[in-house]
Amino acid sequence: MGQITLQGVQKSFGPVHIIKGADLDIADGSFVVFVGPSGCGKTTLLRLIAGLEDVTGGAILIDGRNVVDVPPAKRGLSMVFQSYALYPHMSVRGNIAFGLKMAGMAKDEINRKVEAAAATLNLTPYLDRKPRELSGGQRQRVAIGRAIVREPKAFLFDEPLSNLDAALRVQMRLEVTRLQKQLGTTAIYVTHDQVEAMTMADKIVVLNSGKIEQYGSPLELYEKPANLFVAGFIGSPKMNFVTGDLAKQQGAATIGVRPEHLKVERDGQGGWHGTVSVAEHLGSDTFLYVDAGPLGMLTARYIGELDLHPGDKVSLIPDPARIHRFDDSGKSIRA
Amino acid sequence: MATQQTQLLARTLLTPAVALLFIWMIVPLALTIYFATLHYNLLDPGSESFVGLENFRYFLTDPAFLASLQNTLVLVGSVLAITIILGVPLALLLDQQVVGLSIVRLMVIAPFFVMPTVSALVWKNLLMHPVSGLFAWIAHLFGLPAIDWFNDAPLFSVILIISWQWLPFATLILLTALQSLDEEQKEAAEMDGASAISTFIYITLPHLARPITVVILIETIFLLTVFAEIFVTTGGGPGLQTTNIAFLIYSQALIQYDVGSASAGGLVAVVLANIVAFFLVRIVGRNLEA
Repeated sequence: MGQITLQGVQKSFGPVHIIKGADLDIADGSFVVFVGPSGCGKTTLLRLIAGLEDVTGGAILIDGRNVVDVPPAKRGLSMVFQSYALYPHMSVRGNIAFGLKMAGMAKDEINRKVEAAAATLNLTPYLDRKPRELSGGQRQRVAIGRAIVREPKAFLFDEPLSNLDAALRVQMRLEVTRLQKQLGTTAIYVTHDQVEAMTMADKIVVLNSGKIEQYGSPLELYEKPANLFVAGFIGSPKMNFVTGDLAKQQGAATIGVRPEHLKVERDGQGGWHGTVSVAEHLGSDTFLYVDAGPLGMLTARYIGELDLHPGDKVSLIPDPARIHRFDDSGKSIRA
Repeated sequence: MATQQTQLLARTLLTPAVALLFIWMIVPLALTIYFATLHYNLLDPGSESFVGLENFRYFLTDPAFLASLQNTLVLVGSVLAITIILGVPLALLLDQQVVGLSIVRLMVIAPFFVMPTVSALVWKNLLMHPVSGLFAWIAHLFGLPAIDWFNDAPLFSVILIISWQWLPFATLILLTALQSLDEEQKEAAEMDGASAISTFIYITLPHLARPITVVILIETIFLLTVFAEIFVTTGGGPGLQTTNIAFLIYSQALIQYDVGSASAGGLVAVVLANIVAFFLVRIVGRNLEA
């Protein structure tokens, strides 16, 4: 079991409020990603759950028990750190076994569990190597091995893939997701990379300056962003925002349209007119940065190749069903 | 960079410095070797004559040699043990966040900046003196007889003084090493359920292996040649109880005026230092390999 509930969790360092009251329900076995820009408090929130920081207010419940006064080791969680934090003088085996050894487990049982964990992570040939003799991806797996061997109630990942190169990151992303599904253990994963968030999460928590902006499944966040911040943060390239008369006609202060929901037409009739200022041809997609006069710069995404060049006149036709409307305070207006 | 031209230029420019260093080293060494083969006594000028290895035989068979060799090793070993065993907890304390930490650090490091002669004099006359010393006064407070440090435990007293001087060095090196210990590693150990003591044994101490090696190597180099503290406090006595190799060579040259024998002793000391260094590097040097 690994159900985690946050009730009005607050954290301040002196006069600085890092977490301004977070309420969250994380179901057993789910993969939850905390995502947000740097300094939004996502890592702090994770460390509060881990017990590496003390809460200033509120309660953290793990399986219904308030753990705010429980030391980290007794919370039954394990953590994968950004720097991996492997013990450099211990072999891979020693690293994975350390938690079990500290728990006073019998030697042969430790061996059995370490070898099982190593087999799961394809680390068996490396068990007697030191961390410095391993590649980045292998170190990452050792750090994960150290976490899974203790059979925790939940895994906590603190930007674990940020030190890997792009190709390895994609591979590890898959491995982590598959492993979590296979073990069925709750996981909380912190990242600033929204692609990681969208691809890995069952549910995403979007954080901004210490507040939870929205909590929902990836597609929910994509299709029904609760406010301007979430709308702008989720999705790549960013959503286009238009203010002024055009928005007022729709009964909103701001309207937003995702680049992929703008139909691009060469010299078309309806829609918004503009001039292409930059065109990025990726083969699979074409990204157009269009100067739309009073509407500002708009980004449009066309699936496939579109033979347009800077200076070409285009018209952009928003998909009426996919226009997001926001009120003065930035909140989403639902029809 | 590594074209032939730049290499030639680099060598040409380096030559004067290298040559000067070489001369600086080789002249005293050559003279020492030369003197070591002479009968050369300052009380008997004009009698210099070649005696071959006689000076070496005389120095090595002198009963004072074995005694001073033993004193040297005891002194080096004890000071190393004391500075490391006390240095580690001190460094751990100084690594904590406490009010007035910068002042405390300064105070701890201060002894290292005191000249050996001065600190030896302070210890001899203000602290350890059996009549007017602080220790005698404290003993008196408790109704105990004063200890005559330099008569009753001369080598221990010298060890105490030198340890006091070198403790800051060990503490400083260990403290900087502690500060480079990755915070996430300690947190990982905390998550793994390690107690403070386990964290120290399994995480901190292995991390300190390398700086401890550095402390041992550097201190050994300096401790093999301790002289001022002995000269100022005990003058090598009583008897030979605090005479180390360095002091024995001094006494050969400037108390017995036997330059030949002292030179031979100096060369013996060089060989001994190399033997110690050889074993030291074999025993602890492994820690320095990355």
